[in-house]
Amino acid sequence: MAGPLKPLVTGRTLPPAKPLEHWADDAVFDPKAATRLTPKQERYYLASQWQLMWWKLKRHRLAVISLFFLLAAYASILIAEMIAPYALDARNTDYLYAPPQSVHLMHEGRFLGPFVYPYKVSLDLTQLKWVYEGDLTRPQPIRFFCAPDDYNGARYRFWGGPELGFHFICPPKDGTLFLMGTDRLGRDVFSRIAYGARISLTVGLVGIILSFALGIVIGGIAGYYGGFIDNAVQRVIEIIRSFPTLPLLMALSAALPVTWSPILVFLGVTMILALLDWPGLARAVRSKFLSLREEDFVQAAQLMGARPSRIIARHLLPSFASHLIASASLSIPAMILGETALSFLGLGLRPPITSWGVLLNEAQNFSAVALYPWIMFPMLPVFLVVLAFQFLGDGLRDAADPYK
Amino acid sequence: MFGYVVQRLFVMIPTLLVISALVFIIINLPPGDFATAMLQELESQGGSGAQKATEIRALYGLDRPLIEQYFHWLGGMMVGDFGFSFEHEAPVTAVVGERMGLTLLINFISILFIYLVSFPIGVYSAVRQYSAGDYAFSFLGLVGYATPNFMLAIIMLYVLNEAFGISIGGLMDPAFRDQPMSWDKFVSIMQHSVVPVVVIGTAGTAAMIRRLRANLLDELHKQYVVTAKAKGLPPGRALRKYPLRMALNPFIADIGNLLPDVVSSSVIVSVVLGLETVGPTLLRALETQDTYLAGSFLMFLALLTVIGMLISDLALAALDPRIRLGGKAVK
Repeated sequence: MAGPLKPLVTGRTLPPAKPLEHWADDAVFDPKAATRLTPKQERYYLASQWQLMWWKLKRHRLAVISLFFLLAAYASILIAEMIAPYALDARNTDYLYAPPQSVHLMHEGRFLGPFVYPYKVSLDLTQLKWVYEGDLTRPQPIRFFCAPDDYNGARYRFWGGPELGFHFICPPKDGTLFLMGTDRLGRDVFSRIAYGARISLTVGLVGIILSFALGIVIGGIAGYYGGFIDNAVQRVIEIIRSFPTLPLLMALSAALPVTWSPILVFLGVTMILALLDWPGLARAVRSKFLSLREEDFVQAAQLMGARPSRIIARHLLPSFASHLIASASLSIPAMILGETALSFLGLGLRPPITSWGVLLNEAQNFSAVALYPWIMFPMLPVFLVVLAFQFLGDGLRDAADPYK
Repeated sequence: MFGYVVQRLFVMIPTLLVISALVFIIINLPPGDFATAMLQELESQGGSGAQKATEIRALYGLDRPLIEQYFHWLGGMMVGDFGFSFEHEAPVTAVVGERMGLTLLINFISILFIYLVSFPIGVYSAVRQYSAGDYAFSFLGLVGYATPNFMLAIIMLYVLNEAFGISIGGLMDPAFRDQPMSWDKFVSIMQHSVVPVVVIGTAGTAAMIRRLRANLLDELHKQYVVTAKAKGLPPGRALRKYPLRMALNPFIADIGNLLPDVVSSSVIVSVVLGLETVGPTLLRALETQDTYLAGSFLMFLALLTVIGMLISDLALAALDPRIRLGGKAVK
């Protein structure tokens, strides 16, 4: 439109308006100001994948608690000898099948600190069992951070090496401390659980490493190449998964020669657990591969002449490592349970090795359980560890998808 | 539909062949055979059994090459001859007796239990998400999932024994053992199977509730549900007509995951509770290297899961036309 606008109303003119007051910023105009990120936003957008995962995981309260519980449990196996008040095979022949001693704080209205009442033992000839009664007149304070030499089983070989006597908690002088009772041979159940953690917890870790390796290699090959190899692998996985696990585990571990040394049996059982666990992981890896290999960055790498092994290891694996870790943390408890079930049946690990399942083997005799229920105590750590892995796995799975 | 059934049946045959080869390899893995085990026992008692051992080997063909033994075993199974149990000195079929039938029964009731319990709870948890009931069931489910079933069996044994003075060992009243099946015996079995079924079914139920809840929640958040509600469909109908049917598919397909678990746990629970099923005998047979007995039990358990999966596949095909027409199920 050209030319000045004509006033709409003719004949009357408006008085000349005062110039409007206006204000201008002296600062240089920055066109990007509106899109600039606050430091907090910037930290979020620039964070690595692992950082994002950790932030997300932190919001999952139960998962974090479980994580710390599991870290503590795994740390405990490093110093199992010090946590256990008694050595692994120390027998208290005067206290067979002694019930758990409870820890008291108050004696006749006075605060004494943690103490136990000593046991008075008598034999019930009608029921043919030992009867244990607390002697309520003689409180015996428990010793902490101690290295006494005055009871059976005070000395131990630390990881089979140097002989030490230090414990975090010791029975009172001339007394006993059976926090979870004793078993058939008078061995302290709590101490044995502390030692058993070493095997039970490592079975899960070693097993998952083996199964991870198998799963990634086999699933990766099937997913990357596709076609015939993929089909063959899929059939094998289907067959293994259609077989009920436990009978297969039983048959395989029954095949381990009895002449093997304990450490070989341990490795053998772990191997067997891994052999039956990899199909699940392989399947997850395969499906991820199938979707990821269509991505542009894979094609780019291929065009630049990268070898398949490099593409798999450098480009594909990192992009779903978080998912893998989440699914691994969900299959560790299955391994721990598998070992426990096998040892419970007497087909897995055998007595010189102590795992929670081996301890539970005693609970297979139901008449013993009915009379001495505390030999079921090794169930408690199994239950707690499995539950913790479950929570952690759930949390990790949610966290593995940080942008959701 | 008929074509689909035939196709599925043909896929089953190679699977079973591979499984049978696997089973045969596994049961022959331990060094030595039953004859060597017996020889050792005889020698430890001061006698000499070399003569008897050779006889046994020749009689049962243990001296032949493994391949030949395998085909002999496989051929026998086709006509219902499962071989000879060395330990019991009787044909496997005679030793097995009613154990296989009872195993089948227990597993079947367990599956039924799992579906009957998990279906209403799963639907409730999804429809009333984040309600107190949902949290309670989720928590119970997790606890059930984390408790190994053999431990649950021991705890149940202990609690029932302590609280009610009932002993729940066995699957029937001792009076009915080795008796032909009768109505009274059946009733006795049913009464005794309550505890085992609950113990076997707990973990499966927990897993099933979780899956059904997740599946149904996915469906409920889809737009067609919103549309249905916006059109004024009553809530019950808006749930039953479409989302529930969609969520039911994976629920049934999941039997493939469920069955091996149920069979596994029934084996160990049977050992703990002393049930007259395959479990305890399998354990014993594995320990004594009673090759053919162990082998036929393993085969039987595998067959159970393979047939179970076939049934679930057929049910799925009947439910979802996309599957029987060769398309893919949409999750």
